[in-house]
This record gives sequence, C-alpha cells and structure tokens, in this order.
Amino acid sequence: MSRLLIALAAALVLAASALAAGPPVQADLEAEIVCPTCKTTLDQSNAPIAVRMKTYIRDRIAAGDSSAEIKSQLVDQFGPGVLAEPPKRGFDLLAWLLPLGAVAVGAVVVGALAVTWSKRRNATDDASVDDLDPELEQRLDEELDRFEA
Amino acid sequence: MTGRAKTVGQVIAVAAVVGLLVLLGWKLAFGSDGGASAELAGGGSPVAPDFTLPRIDAEGGDLTFSSLKGKAVVVNFWASWCVPCKDEAPELQATYEKYRDQGLVVLGVDAKDFRQDGKRFIKRFGLTYPVVDDGRGSTLGKWGVRGFPETFFVDREGRIVGEVIEGGIDLERNSERYAEGIRLALGDSK
Repeated sequence: MSRLLIALAAALVLAASALAAGPPVQADLEAEIVCPTCKTTLDQSNAPIAVRMKTYIRDRIAAGDSSAEIKSQLVDQFGPGVLAEPPKRGFDLLAWLLPLGAVAVGAVVVGALAVTWSKRRNATDDASVDDLDPELEQRLDEELDRFEA
Repeated sequence: MTGRAKTVGQVIAVAAVVGLLVLLGWKLAFGSDGGASAELAGGGSPVAPDFTLPRIDAEGGDLTFSSLKGKAVVVNFWASWCVPCKDEAPELQATYEKYRDQGLVVLGVDAKDFRQDGKRFIKRFGLTYPVVDDGRGSTLGKWGVRGFPETFFVDREGRIVGEVIEGGIDLERNSERYAEGIRLALGDSK
C-alpha cells in the first residue's frame, strides 16, 4: 500500500514538473501582463497597444520562447510596470514582504495585548480575593465549618 | 500595557504620520501632475523637460534633448498603433524639410510602443528627422502628454512656447496654431 502511495506521489510530481516545463499559455500571459495605456491586464483590454501585445505574445510562443523570456522582453520594452505582479526580487520584493510583515507585527501586537490584559485581569481577581472583608471572611469560614460538620 | 511599550507605540505612530506627511510634501513639490503642458496652459513658458533616450532612426545612438538648445524644436509624441499619428507623419516630415535650414528640428518621441514597430513606421513614412524610443513612457508625465499624438513647440532657449496641439496635425483644423507654434519656436518676429 505504501509503495503504491509513493508511486502515485512520484507520478504527480513528475506530471506537475512536466506541466511547468510546457509551453506558455497565451491566456495565462494575457492575465499577467498589463496594457501600458489603459492599465488593465491584456485579457481585459482591446486598446490598440494591448491588441498588438497579444499578437506579440502569440508570435513569441510560436517561436518557442518561455513565459519568463516573453515577460523579460516586454519589461525591457515597456518597463516593470507592465507586469501585473511585481517580481519577487530586489526592491519589488518589498511589495510581497510588507503585507506579510504587517500581518506578523499585527499578530505580535495582538498577542502582547492579550498577555497584558490577561495578567491585569488575574491581578484584579487576586486583589479581589485578598481584599475580602475580614468580617465576611470570618462568616464564610463559620459557614464552611458548619457545612463540614 | 507597560509605560515603555506605550511610549514605543506612540513614537511609531507619530513616525508613521510624519512619514506620510513627508511623502505628501514630496509629491506636491516634485510630482508631475499636469507636467509642462499644464504650466503652459496656465500662461507660463516652462523649460522643456530634459531626457536622454535611444534613437531608433537611421542615425542610432542616444539623444539628449538639452543638446538641441539653440535650435527650434517641434516635439511630436506618437506611437505606431495610433491612427492620427499616421495621418500627420507626412506633414511633420514636410515641416522638417521646409525649416531645417532655419535651424528647426522635428523630434519624434515614439512612446508606449514596440521599437521594431516604430522603426517600421519611420521607414514606411520616410521620416528623416530624429526619433527616440520611449517605450516606458518616462517622458509623458513631465511633459504632460495625455494622449497620442501631441505636439509641442520649443524655442531656441529651450522653453515651450505656443499651444500644445492635442491630436493630429490637420491643416484644416489647426494649421494656424501649428504655424504660430513654429513661428514662436523659431523666434520669428514677423
């Protein structure tokens, strides 16, 4: 059974890598590239330059270029703003890291606040026990003694 | 929360607000909302924004706009995919041929376009004036270009003069403004 599972997992990994190495898909690239004049992705634009860029992508796919190569050519011509997602390197990496950093900082702040509030509440509870009226405490002891007897 | 943590939090909050105010100030001071075009429309005579871009005409190399100081310049922003740009190209070439001996240069800025398409355009219309490639559109904000084509007139001192012609140069529609722009750029007192 375990051998069958391992074989299945290996087949899945091989299939995934085969798909990743396959030719780029026109529709995928059109969703990842922004029209430089209308600022929407190519798949949502019929602006003249968007139509021209779609033709360019089709031609480059037919010529055997990879997705990364086609994106690189378009960035060289139109600048990094042509990518719908900023690249995960250099200064643009900040666009990916800052939201994650903000979430992490937020989690730390919420955690710290929770601990602080929890400590304060415990302290208040302890104080309320310590501050029990002596007369009431004596009465409580008497009641408990009577109950146990 | 302890007093120290509270102080640190307040310092961070104040720093964030100050940072945002600095960004706002920078944007107001150096931003290019309307560019030179807006300044011109407001009655000013702005200095033409400088740039250095690669040439896609037969000459090749780079062209720095400020190197044209001393000449009158007709700056035409265009793209090969723009229909009015095709219509006006012969008129711009004719202007260059007519006035070049008087020290006028027509300068084409092919923006948001494929370099190869721009080169084909130059060949198709037989353009002999300098043309630079600005595929990234880096000049558009500073000049205040809002669409294609747009034509500016720059005098020999490097100041933008006359009116910006938005849309194609059309001898029936804007020939007077075009002629006036050329006259002002040349510094012709007639």
